[in-house]
Amino acid sequence: MHYSGLRLLREALTGNRGWKPAWRDPVPRREYDVIIIGGGGHGLATAYYLAKVHGITNVAVVERGPIGLGNTGRNTTIVRSNYLLPQNHNFFEWSLKLWEGLEQDINFNAMVSQRGVLNLFHNEGGRNAAARRGNAMRLDGIDAELLDREQVRAMCPLVDVDNGRFPVMGALLQRRGGTARHDAVAWGFARAADARGVDIIQHCEVLGIDVVDGRVRGVQTSRGPIRANKIGLAVAGNTSRLAQMAGVDVPIESHVLQAFVSEAVKPLVDQVITFGAGHFYVSQSDKGGLVFGGGLDGWNTYAQRGNLPVVDHVWAAGIALIPALSRLRGLRQWGGVMDMSFDGSPIISTTPVAGLYMTAGWCYGGFKATPGSGWCHAWTIANDAPHKLNEAHRLDRFRTGHLLDERGNGPFPWLQ
Amino acid sequence: MIRIACPFCGLRDETEFAYRGDATVSRPPADAPIEDFHDYVYRRANPRGWHVEWWHHAGGCRQFLKVVRHTMTHAVHSVGLASSTQVVPPE
Ligand SMILES: Cc1cc2nc3c(=O)[nH]c(=O)nc-3n(C[C@H](O)[C@H](O)[C@H](O)COP(=O)(O)OP(=O)(O)OC[C@H]3O[C@@H](n4cnc5c(N)ncnc54)[C@H](O)[C@@H]3O)c2cc1C
Ligand SMILES: [Zn+2]
Repeated sequence: MHYSGLRLLREALTGNRGWKPAWRDPVPRREYDVIIIGGGGHGLATAYYLAKVHGITNVAVVERGPIGLGNTGRNTTIVRSNYLLPQNHNFFEWSLKLWEGLEQDINFNAMVSQRGVLNLFHNEGGRNAAARRGNAMRLDGIDAELLDREQVRAMCPLVDVDNGRFPVMGALLQRRGGTARHDAVAWGFARAADARGVDIIQHCEVLGIDVVDGRVRGVQTSRGPIRANKIGLAVAGNTSRLAQMAGVDVPIESHVLQAFVSEAVKPLVDQVITFGAGHFYVSQSDKGGLVFGGGLDGWNTYAQRGNLPVVDHVWAAGIALIPALSRLRGLRQWGGVMDMSFDGSPIISTTPVAGLYMTAGWCYGGFKATPGSGWCHAWTIANDAPHKLNEAHRLDRFRTGHLLDERGNGPFPWLQ
Repeated sequence: MIRIACPFCGLRDETEFAYRGDATVSRPPADAPIEDFHDYVYRRANPRGWHVEWWHHAGGCRQFLKVVRHTMTHAVHSVGLASSTQVVPPE
């Protein structure tokens, strides 16, 4: 069923009786060409691009719960490509370009909103780093602008530009950055993949991966065994556990990041704004709630909840940046468990086991990558080799020393 | 709030500590093969369950402590000195 304004009108006039489920609820077959483990945005996007770009439609996405309730449904929805390293910004820029045409492509309103992303800086060092990053982006044709203090003041009147401790000196602005509706991304990719023949199998937990003579043969699930000669992992936060089922060790630790939503108010924050002097970033959802977050709790965990010290820090940093926040009540707060990689960059790669692939290590920044990760993961699976855009994001870079240490933090996942 | 019973200072909040990661890896000898160094720096079991980890009591006595903590419940099972060998309970 094609979605359109006309369809909406027709359904409105006929009591909305014509809507059908957006995807089927199939019984798993015994065998597929490709199994994707994990029904978040990355897994669903991988299946969609396998079908669309590579014509591989005998594909199952197996998800232990309902789709989209992992980090896809828990993140703060920021979309941007303002990275320093060419290997990273060229990949994320491709992803941003896919976002720009996504809604037409999958016929689903993902509410992509290019409202601009500002990274504030508060001292000379911060300005130099921002200018360097902006220049690196512009060299590759990606939009970036360096704003001074008065330009920030004009764009973001609520930001305490003259803060006594951390006055704002300026910002790196990417106008094409913004937000998208997280649930809609999962649902839209699911519907579009399903329409091309992909089976989306929910409530089906993978309990084991069968490897024979160094090749994958299939998976053991809570709904029985399913065979396939190619398996892609897209299980953010659980990659270590799934990879270990196939005997592969990954340079990843699982950590929690929290997110917050305030009560709904009239338009207050027009862009995405990140504080350069504390762990805090904010945007406003179309419902009116301010959506914000900060840094990791900072210790290994698989529990989807964080602790109060971070809640305290995030609110305090937020109020330092935008004093008006002190008048708002917090409405909701939650946590998501992410793969923190050892260099802060993702892994989209083949593995030492033939037929096993992964898109992993997304840290706190993988939502923006959803279409790009799916596209590159699909390419890697279809060709048994990475695309040019993700050949630097290989798993063995930690052995060869070709790290993508975007922030120069060293091999400490909790600091990335 | 995770609370850690420092053997020197008593029961303290997590905010007094700096987390330093997996305490089961140890630095290989200088002439060990490069693979051993890869594993030391990058290879982690990352278990869902009991985890032996370093916590530096940066805001207290400044000792490095070895803590056995559960990564689903966040319960702290034991806290020892850097040199101690602690029992890791079954799941
Ligand atoms: C609080 C928070 C804020 C964030 N903010 C941003 C942001 O603003 N911008 C940004 O770009 N990124 C952000 N991120 C990161 C982003 O959310 C993730 O990188 C991205 O959503 C990962 O997508 P995914 O599809 O890989 O993971 P998920 O959506 O988590 O999907 C993985 C799926 O695998 C399933 N699974 C796991 N184990 C099994 C198994 N054994 N069998 C079957 N299925 C299994 C899970 O149930 C889950 O549904 C944030 C993350 C968090 C936690
Ligand atoms: Zn102490």
